[in-house]
Parts: sequence; structure tokens; C-alpha cells
Amino acid sequence: MCGIAGFFALTPRPLAPRGVLERMVEAVRHRGPDDAGIYLDSRAGLGHRRLSIIDLAGGKQPLSTADGELWVTFNGEIFNYVELTAELTGRGRVFRTRSDTETILHAYGEYGPDCVQKFNGDFAYAIWDRARRRLVIARDRMGVRPLYYTVHEGVLVFASELKSLFHYPGLRAELDPLGLDQCFTFWSPLAPRTAFKDVHELPPGQQLIAENGAVKVQPYWKLRFPARGERPIANEAEAGERIEALLADATRIRMRADVPVGAYLSGGFDSSVTTALAQQHHGALRTFSLEFESPELDESPYQQTLVKALGTDHSALRCKGADIAASFEQVIRHTERPVLRAAPAALYLLSRQVRDHGFKVVLTGEGADEVFGGYDIFKEALVRRFWARRPDSKWRPLLLRRLYPYLGGLQSQPAKYLEAFFRQGLDAADDPLFSHLPRFALTRRIGQFYSGDLRREINGYDPLAELRASLPREFASWHPLSRAQYLETGCLLPGYILSSQGDRVAMAHAVEGRFPFLDHRVVELGAELAPAMKLRGLREKYVLRRQLGRHLPRAIVERPKQPYRAPDSESFLHAGAPAYVHALLSPDAIVRAGYFEPRAVRKLVEKCRNPLGPVSAGDNMAFIGILSTQLLHSCYVKSLI
Amino acid sequence: MNHDISLAVRRFIGENFLFRDDGDAITHDASLLDAGIIDSTGVLELVGFLETTFGIEVHDDEMLPENLDSIRAISHYVSRKLESRPVQLVA
Repeated sequence: MCGIAGFFALTPRPLAPRGVLERMVEAVRHRGPDDAGIYLDSRAGLGHRRLSIIDLAGGKQPLSTADGELWVTFNGEIFNYVELTAELTGRGRVFRTRSDTETILHAYGEYGPDCVQKFNGDFAYAIWDRARRRLVIARDRMGVRPLYYTVHEGVLVFASELKSLFHYPGLRAELDPLGLDQCFTFWSPLAPRTAFKDVHELPPGQQLIAENGAVKVQPYWKLRFPARGERPIANEAEAGERIEALLADATRIRMRADVPVGAYLSGGFDSSVTTALAQQHHGALRTFSLEFESPELDESPYQQTLVKALGTDHSALRCKGADIAASFEQVIRHTERPVLRAAPAALYLLSRQVRDHGFKVVLTGEGADEVFGGYDIFKEALVRRFWARRPDSKWRPLLLRRLYPYLGGLQSQPAKYLEAFFRQGLDAADDPLFSHLPRFALTRRIGQFYSGDLRREINGYDPLAELRASLPREFASWHPLSRAQYLETGCLLPGYILSSQGDRVAMAHAVEGRFPFLDHRVVELGAELAPAMKLRGLREKYVLRRQLGRHLPRAIVERPKQPYRAPDSESFLHAGAPAYVHALLSPDAIVRAGYFEPRAVRKLVEKCRNPLGPVSAGDNMAFIGILSTQLLHSCYVKSLI
Repeated sequence: MNHDISLAVRRFIGENFLFRDDGDAITHDASLLDAGIIDSTGVLELVGFLETTFGIEVHDDEMLPENLDSIRAISHYVSRKLESRPVQLVA
């Protein structure tokens, strides 16, 4: 796990000096505090910051083949490197190290850019093929590891984080109005768009090949579901066994490291499964979790049940609103995009604790909800679709009461109003975005705070139309649950869960998260399952729970899904809140940044400070979204403080 | 009386849901739900406001769009509630 940066002249021309590459690499020092390295020739520069996890002595980067013709700088892990190394050795390749980095070089030497198909892992790498004058950059299938790029005056510039790119001469940080509008619709920009103008994110599952003066971006992997009529896996026993076998193997290869591996233990089903599977072969794990003061957010009773049942060596971090506010500036410096929840800050604090305990690697349970149908939005779509078939039914909307049991505000709404909210888009059952329309509509309410200037720059742009246009041709032939899973896996997972709440806040403290549920073999199997094996009635992750629940206490298996949340606006509005909060939300700072309407922001802040009842989800999202945008501007565009 | 109620409600909705100084943009009969003005939990805020400002009690079975979904409907509803309050006998 590391940070990478570099550049490549698409056609011969003088390259930026070594000092530029050094500054780009230094900008991601937090990702790799253990070592640094640079390679520079007349056409390409590769930089690397290292977090040593595999082959501590021999894994230094950038790494080359013995003849110096191929070079690689690599962030992440190729978990199947042991098997690949054996395969490549069998084909006559001679390895000089024990590292997974060298596996990439030999695999490329053997298979060319298609070598990426061979890798099972979380990775972002750049390979410089000197003989062919070709640079290849690639990113893992699910988007665990970040990779950004741009082409500036004939030079391809790339890095693990945007902050490195802004050290390249002539590249200036400026927020992109359309990127912001996507954030305030989907919770993040949709790759290749970012929150900044003229810099791009390499989408998950894609690689970029630069040669002969041209840049070509192409997918090497796509998430696909069976069409209606194709026979999915429908035998429950067979499905359960295949899931357990694959998940056990996915966990086994994710325990490969020359340093100790710990685990996050949220108290939910998914991280309990990965911890239990890891312990089958590795003995008691070191586990870490968050606790909150609010009983609505706190899961510590479940965590304690698990610690007792699994016998892990556990540490919990009690996270207070004041801690969230104190760290939020740094969090946004790392996320490099606005966020709509304070939750990333709590995970930022947790990764610091993990690091303080001497751990560099943790297993986590992310991905199970996307792959096996765990989120309430899937149930919501099911109920709304059922209701849409008989819109006048008095009984069908009563099922809405079964959704989101953890949201007190939503549950206390009068039935008629609950109906009215979820009725949004009910007449649009054929819309490919049907499952997500209420969520998108709620998030887009933040648009009422836009300044006149921002509205003019957005100029009628419709992010939903862009998302619809990006969907694969066969999308309409999929089951509605598959469509909802595709949207969730393509938007929120890489853009928020794995980035703002994943890689960026873990790597801020040089902690690598590993995700057994996101092993592409597990993801592909999950897609092949019959929908009823995922959502059975309104029971989520049905077959996964039935199969893997055998390893866990009943209280954990039977508890309803509770997504991870942290206190939002209240964290920033207490008497001892840090000075930046007041300064960045002041009318003067709002006007100087230019994105929002100062009077509207003042009223929102007053309302969140003196709420008539619990602050609504929409107001909390608007508050955090506006504050984080102001922080982003102040950190990267122009200081507001 | 009805006019005063309308003004207060309009101002509350403007400040609280539209984050503006007034609610002039909302017509008297516009559906607050259809216009997306009241969000998923907004009706509870509205009820809290009506109870504190006008001293009425909104019963669960009265939390209906017929009573609360437009400025006109809210004004009528509050007027009816105020009129039906028991008369306080002064000794």
C-alpha cells in the first residue's frame, strides 16, 4: 500500500524537472511513510511512497525488470501474487524479490496490458514500457485504490491523489460546478469527473494506455447481471456453499502480509463474517471499533457480544462530536471532495487509533450490502414497485413502515406523509433510476442553497440524464434488484464508501483496508444469484445470512441492518466548536467562495443550531455539504480563513 | 385572524424550508409535498411550529395532507382548532 505519482511525455519534449516529481510524491507521504523512490528518464517519471507490507526488505519501488526495460510504480496489493508468481516462474520468468510488485512486471512482460485480467487485488499502478514507449495505468475492478490523471500540454500526469497533480506546473485547483452538482445528487462525482475542473479519475475496472502520442481509456472488467430469462443460480444449498468457499478463500488471500493484520468490527453481520472467517486459520485477531454517545448511533453492545463470542483482542474508540469537528479540516483535505455526512471523520479517527496500536492492515466488511442485497434502498425499491402496480392500494404503502427502522425521524412521520415521500417517482416505474429517485431527490434539495453564480455555471445540467446515458445497453433486461445493485455499486460504493469513508481516511494514517466481499470472484457470484436469494421478502442478504450465520451469535445474525453513522451538524454547533466552523460559514466567507447563497446558509445554520426537533436528514446533509465545500475551497483553491 | 395565521405560516415555511426571508414564492394553494418544500421529516417541524405558536394540539389522526399540505389548508385547520377551543370562564 502506498502512494504513486508520475508523468509521461506523449511525444518527445522536455520533461518537468526531478523536483516536480519529488513534490508530487511528497504530497502523498501520508500514504507511504516507510520509504520513497523516484525513476526519471527522458520520457517518463515514476514516483513512489512506500508503506511496507509484503517483502519488507525487497519491495522497494519504482521497480524494474533486470534489463531495466520495464518499470512499475504500484499502490495496493495483488492478493493472488503467490499463485501468479508460480505460474510465471513456470513460464521461465526469474524473480529477484518476493514482492507482489515484481509479479506485475513479469505478468506484463508475459501478457502485455491484458495482464490486469490476471490480478485479484486492490491496485492502482503505472507501468513504463521503455522499448514500446508505452505507459499503462490501471485501477482495480471495484475502485478500492484511487488513481487520477490529466493531460497537460502533451504530458500525461497521474497520481494516487489529486493533491499531487496540483504540484505539476500549470495545473491549478478550481472546483467544477458540475462535479459539485453531482456530489449534491449522488454523494460524489461520477468518475471520470472529479470535484475539480480538468482533472479526471480513472474509473474502476479501467486502464489507460498512452502510446504513439495518444491516450486510450478502456474497461477491462464490467459488472454484469443475468438478463431476465437467463437462469441464475437458484439452488439455495449450492449457492450457500459456493459463497462460503469463495469468501473463505477471498479472506485467506487477504491475510497475506509480512506485518500483522487486524480487523474492523462494527457490530454488524458483515465485518463479523470476515473476522470469523479470518480467525479460522489465523487465531484470535486484533479488532477495532467505534463507539458513540448517542444510543441511536452506538453499536457497542453488539460489538461486545461479538468480542466475547469470537474471542478477539479488542479496542474501542469512543468518538465525540467535538473530536469530529476538530478533525474535519484534515478529513476534507484527504477526501478531496465535499461529503454529506460526518461519518468519514469518525473513521479517520479510528484509523489513527489502529496505526497508534502498530497496525498497518485491517480487514473490513464493506461490499456485502452491495453484492448480496443488504441495503434498505433495495427494500424501498421493492415496496415502491409493488405499490406502483396498485397505486391506490391502502395496504401496500403500509410496508413502508418496515423500512429504515434505525431512522427515528422517518419512523415517527404520519403514515400519509411517509407515503407522500416515497410516492416520488412512483409513476416512473420504467425509469432506469427508479430505485434511487427518492434518495436523489432528497439529496438534490441542497441545490436550493446554490448561489446565482453557481446556478448560472451549472446552466440546466442534469446529472440524472448523464447517469441514465452511461448505463449499459443490457441494463433494462435485468431484474429490478440487479438494476438497483448496479447503481449502488457504480455510484455510492466507489465514490463515497470506498473513498471518502474508505481509502482516503484510512490512508490518511497509512492504514490499508482489505475487503473480502469485494473480491471480484465474490462480486461475480453475487451477481449470478437469483434475486430471491438476496432479498427474500423484506429479509436482506438472505442466503449469505443463512450460510455464514452459523459462525456467529444469533443476536448478530438476526439484528436488522444498521448502516454506520456519526453525529452530523450537532458536532459542529456546540459552544466549543473550532473557530474554522464559524469563519467558513460566515456570510463573508460564503460570498468569497461563491458557491452558496449567504442568507440561506445563515438560516440553515440557525435552524440546525436551534432545531424544533431532531435535525432532518436533508438539513444535516446540506449543512455538512456546505461546510465541506467551504473547507475544500479553502484548502485547495484559496484560503478563506 | 385567518390572514394573520397565513402570514405566520408563510413566514415559517419560507424561513424553515426554503431558507429565505419570506415565503412569497409559494402560492396559497400550492401542495407543499408536490413542490418538494416539505421534506421527509418536515411535517413534524411544521406541527411543532403550529403547536407552539398557536397553542393548539395537533392529534395524530389530524396529521393529514388535507389539513397541512398548503398554506390555505393550514390556515383553515388552525382557525377551526382555535374556534373549537373550550371557552375559558373568567370568575
